[in-house]
Amino acid sequence: MTAITDRQQLAYIAGQAADARVNVEVETEGMTLNIGPQHPATHGTLRIIARLDGEQVVSVDPVMGYMHRGYEKLTEVRSYPQVTTLVNRIDWLGSFANEVPFILAAEKLMGVEAPPRAQWIRTVLFELSRVANVILFLGDMGVQLGALTPVFYAFRDREHVLNQIEAATGGRFHPNFDRIGGLKDDLPKGWIAETRAVMVKVRSFCDEMEDLLMGSEIFEARCRGVGVIPPDVGLAYGLSGANIRASGVDWDLRRDGDTPLVWNEVDWKVWTHPDGDSFARYWVRLQETREASKIVDQLLDGIPSGPIMAKVPRIIKVPEGEAWVSTENPLGEMGYYVVSKGDTGPFRVKIRSASFNNISILPWVLRGVYVPDIITIMASLYFILGDIDR
Amino acid sequence: MSTETEATGAEVTPTDHLRQGVLDTLAGELGADLLDAHLVAGDDLWVRVATTAWRRAAEVCRSRLGMHYFCFLSAIDWQPSPWGRGEDDPTAPPPERPTEVVQGVAGGDTRFQVFARVYSVTSKVGLTLKADVDDAHPAIETWTGVYAGANWHERETWEMFGVEFTGHPALRNLYLPSDFEGHPLRKDFPLLARMVKPWPGIVDVEPMPGGDEEETAEGEGA
Repeated sequence: MTAITDRQQLAYIAGQAADARVNVEVETEGMTLNIGPQHPATHGTLRIIARLDGEQVVSVDPVMGYMHRGYEKLTEVRSYPQVTTLVNRIDWLGSFANEVPFILAAEKLMGVEAPPRAQWIRTVLFELSRVANVILFLGDMGVQLGALTPVFYAFRDREHVLNQIEAATGGRFHPNFDRIGGLKDDLPKGWIAETRAVMVKVRSFCDEMEDLLMGSEIFEARCRGVGVIPPDVGLAYGLSGANIRASGVDWDLRRDGDTPLVWNEVDWKVWTHPDGDSFARYWVRLQETREASKIVDQLLDGIPSGPIMAKVPRIIKVPEGEAWVSTENPLGEMGYYVVSKGDTGPFRVKIRSASFNNISILPWVLRGVYVPDIITIMASLYFILGDIDR
Repeated sequence: MSTETEATGAEVTPTDHLRQGVLDTLAGELGADLLDAHLVAGDDLWVRVATTAWRRAAEVCRSRLGMHYFCFLSAIDWQPSPWGRGEDDPTAPPPERPTEVVQGVAGGDTRFQVFARVYSVTSKVGLTLKADVDDAHPAIETWTGVYAGANWHERETWEMFGVEFTGHPALRNLYLPSDFEGHPLRKDFPLLARMVKPWPGIVDVEPMPGGDEEETAEGEGA
């Protein structure tokens, strides 16, 4: 048998493509595909109603609310210290980071500032919860695309980070460690050295992910150019965090916000990527995890000595006023708009969670993609259901 | 942070000039529709606009001020809750509660206030916009044409407060079942868990035994 020339091969491909185009022109009947509410690709109880034409998505309607717990109503009947137990559970993978903006908002209204040591430890724990959160994304993205190994590595290495959070706060998932005016406790003995060792493990995990996924042809083929979000569209939908930085917007509240946390005391870099596709979102998060481990390392060097709690009244009453505080949480900008009437509890709290805005772009970005791309895009946007439903 | 340390002496920071500039631009564009403004130096800016100018204010923010980033949109019910915080002794006679509606910063005329936040990622300055809505028929123009992200936030505000957004493409429930009655985040919507059983957390806000001083007591971490 003679070998096929390149020209013959090209002719064959062109013929196949022409056939495919004929098939596309065949009148196809619309179909509705329900993904979720309980589906491995939805990371929780989220239902995606996709209307399909053949394999192409015509429109998408995400349905939330399966987990809505009415936190904004509950905050109105609880006292300020009690609210921290609620906000812990919003983004349960990076729970310490959720407490911080609420506490900061209350401190802002009260005119209290936590002592420097508390601010440093807060920032360290904030970055640790970012690492613990994003590690899971880095592994989970592989699962969504058919690679199972990364997620086992992710669970293995997240365990080390959670151990450190547990050693300092006593809680793995719900630390409830932050207090108005400072922190509940000081760091235990030997914690700093152990955390440094864990950060080395985190960096080697990032290298492993780079080897396993970013070099993989399948990963590239399924992520490159899939789910492209231009910066102006992303901003209009309120995308924040790594999702908007992957579209080339150089904006990070750790650097640009005006919270009293101490990121500005150490040397680090905001990573952006110009492409805005699923691959860029993965890449930015991978770099950010490395960067976070470096931030933690530097912060550990410089934790000042001193008290960890400012002088605050035993019964906390917050003076009348309104305050908005937001921080760069693992999933993006998370903020609390706290309205106080001088009571022991807030009058109204608007919880602005990152995933809610990040996911609101789904109907726009999923229009016209193919069914497997839904999974890629949803995985790369990275959301936590608690963060959407609140 | 650097700007704040500079501000300790002079009370004026570069961001404040930016905020003042934002306020001046808004005042120039909206004229009498800019009802009230509240600028806290080195902190934040609140602006209350007329209900009819709500959408135009968003357009000015987006096109003139470069605030392309949509942060959130929601509402506040300023009426004090007739149920209190559910901490009362159920056997005691019901206490007197304040019923007067007092609006917060940047003022207000009505019970319901819609508020939203937009931000500029280039100048790093944000702004909270507020607008009053009518008590009997709360309605305001939609922002979906200006900020696409307002879509879901307006749906949430619609189901939680019953504020209608005229011109919204699909104003239906986001979290709640479609046949849900009432608007849960209104202050007169009871939190049933507190109606059935008094809140056990009540012990946390009672004075400690033996302590005769009130909230001026020593800080616990001192």
